[in-house]
Amino acid sequence: MLDAAPTPLVQVQDLKMHFPIYTGLFRRHTGDVKAVDGVSFDITAGQTLGLVGESGCGKSTVGRAMLRLYEPTAGRVVIDGDDVATLTAEALRKKRPTMQMVFQDPQASLNPRMTLAEIVSEPLEEHTNWTRDQKLERVYELMDQVGLNRRFVNRFPHEFSGGQRQRIGIARALALKPRFIVCDEPIAALDVSIQAQVVNLLEDLQEKLGLTYLFISHDLSMVRHLAQRVAVMYLGRIAELSPSKDLYARPLHPYAEALLSAVNEPDPELAARRNRIILKGDVPSPANPPKGCNFCTRCPKVMDICRTVKPDLLEVEPGRLVACHLYTAAGSTGASEANERNQQGEDQ
Amino acid sequence: MAEPAASVLDVRDLKTVFRTRGGEIHAVNDVSFHLKPGELLGVVGESGSGKSVTMMSLLRLLPSPPADIRGGKALLNGRDLLAMSDEELRSVRGAKVGFVFQDPMTSLNPVFTLGNQIMEPLMKHMRMSRSEAETRAVELLDLVGISDARNRLYQYPHQFSGGMRQRVMIAIALACDPDVLIADEPTTALDVTIQAQILELVKELRRKLGMAIIWITHDLGVIAGIADRVMVMYGGQVVEHAPVRELFANPQHPYTRALLQTIPRITGPRTTRLRVIEGQPPILTGPLTACPFRARCEHRFDTCDAVNPSRRAIDGQPVGQGHDVACHWVAPARQEPAHA
Repeated sequence: MLDAAPTPLVQVQDLKMHFPIYTGLFRRHTGDVKAVDGVSFDITAGQTLGLVGESGCGKSTVGRAMLRLYEPTAGRVVIDGDDVATLTAEALRKKRPTMQMVFQDPQASLNPRMTLAEIVSEPLEEHTNWTRDQKLERVYELMDQVGLNRRFVNRFPHEFSGGQRQRIGIARALALKPRFIVCDEPIAALDVSIQAQVVNLLEDLQEKLGLTYLFISHDLSMVRHLAQRVAVMYLGRIAELSPSKDLYARPLHPYAEALLSAVNEPDPELAARRNRIILKGDVPSPANPPKGCNFCTRCPKVMDICRTVKPDLLEVEPGRLVACHLYTAAGSTGASEANERNQQGEDQ
Repeated sequence: MAEPAASVLDVRDLKTVFRTRGGEIHAVNDVSFHLKPGELLGVVGESGSGKSVTMMSLLRLLPSPPADIRGGKALLNGRDLLAMSDEELRSVRGAKVGFVFQDPMTSLNPVFTLGNQIMEPLMKHMRMSRSEAETRAVELLDLVGISDARNRLYQYPHQFSGGMRQRVMIAIALACDPDVLIADEPTTALDVTIQAQILELVKELRRKLGMAIIWITHDLGVIAGIADRVMVMYGGQVVEHAPVRELFANPQHPYTRALLQTIPRITGPRTTRLRVIEGQPPILTGPLTACPFRARCEHRFDTCDAVNPSRRAIDGQPVGQGHDVACHWVAPARQEPAHA
């Protein structure tokens, strides 16, 4: 992340993913849903970047566009030296083993008519010419790695619990020894007591296999636990990208601040004392985002400039990128207000 | 000071069984609790712990078969809901007891306008005329913070966002001024910032209207912010019950203790390794003859395999009034701050 750091494994530059809207009798192209609108970040090898935001902010779309499950509208996605966004079909197929995905809903992402062995060995089927025995051996090895009993190898997905199904999904993602895994809300569908099991497994695997994660989640406390750096997204753009410890100690972007203050702490004493920032209204439609800053319709600190000019994601403190006029010279009163805010943050 | 007679709702030894092809599932096992006027009782547990089934059983909202309420009493202002005729029960549902469900997308009827759906209980239960009901519906929408209420009455559910729909659900549940509001995971399907809006709304409505609320959730963070008392459920029974601060400060049941430790925090020191509750929740195929948590419990000993623990008070108050726990293991005493 700083100059001294090694080249990142994953670099995303100005990624855009627009979904066209066709209307009328002639299905004319009348607009775009700007699900992802110019997102840039990078991830150092062996680290985890948390991508947080509310539903509809485009965080899952970023993950999918990065692995080219969607065709990105614009931008570069360099993973381990290759620009995935522009690879030809054949080159992309060869590239797939290095980048994998763990999906949110283990119920929906596993074929109910395939056994565990078939599910986990399907990637091997596609990308290797191993014999049956070699493949089965690898399946067993993966089952050990993710903590599934070898006896379950011929069972079907419905015979497993939610947590076990997610382990199958993880085993499948690991089958081809990837370097980079997009975890798209992997624990959202699981019970609290099971979530910790899966998160610990992901951490163990990262340590053992040197994996790099993009961890997409709306669970801010879990992201704090897992990620070294966190990107907060709002309406298709990154509002703040900071090292995890800085973000949680003192969020700079007003949206990041509101989002963190909305998280419920399991502590009644704290809950009674805390001053929450309650945002008014709902997220605008990504088909018709506000003209200026995407957050200007709900921002408690909105200024005139926010309604006309989109702020760029700039480094305002070492390692901390924020897209907000409060922190740039352009926001006339920005500097003083920002200082005030910082002091408040430190007081707490 | 706590006389049971003062409760709006008093549930005793409720037992619900599902008859399935694979045998009986004992989903609710002798659950007892009470609710005083104006109080907010939080019910915590993971999926399958019986928290929703308990509340649905009270109003007999579960299809029967497969559900079968085997026993118990549910006294609402002294009248037993479980012994009522269907006719009587209909006059309670929506009128005396309001229900807010988890998913606001599926619990509103997509082909009727909101006005229709808010006015329906008013006209049925309160025998209001159409125009009276309309006036009241506008008041209700104002109350739950929906602007431009009069025009909104003629809109359909798809024209509202998730948070707005949940506000509408709350308005419908409040329409007839219920004594008890049962909210089943009302904020789970919502984003955190919208969740915060709804939680604030409920706190404000409680101050204004003073009804008693049962709030079902799996999120201990939500409970910490709004509940007066908390009931923790596991394996279809109440495993711990305490006033909210007491529960978080001094959890007794190994399940509650472990649960509080598995959640990473957003403040304080960053956790390096999450505490894990190994294993899976129990499958309740028979009456409980041993502690349902024993397979996952770190304090398990012989008695746990032989006897299902009943609730015992730990602070001298009667069970159900103060802090009680259903566990054979005795948690080591913590350094008590001198009783004030």
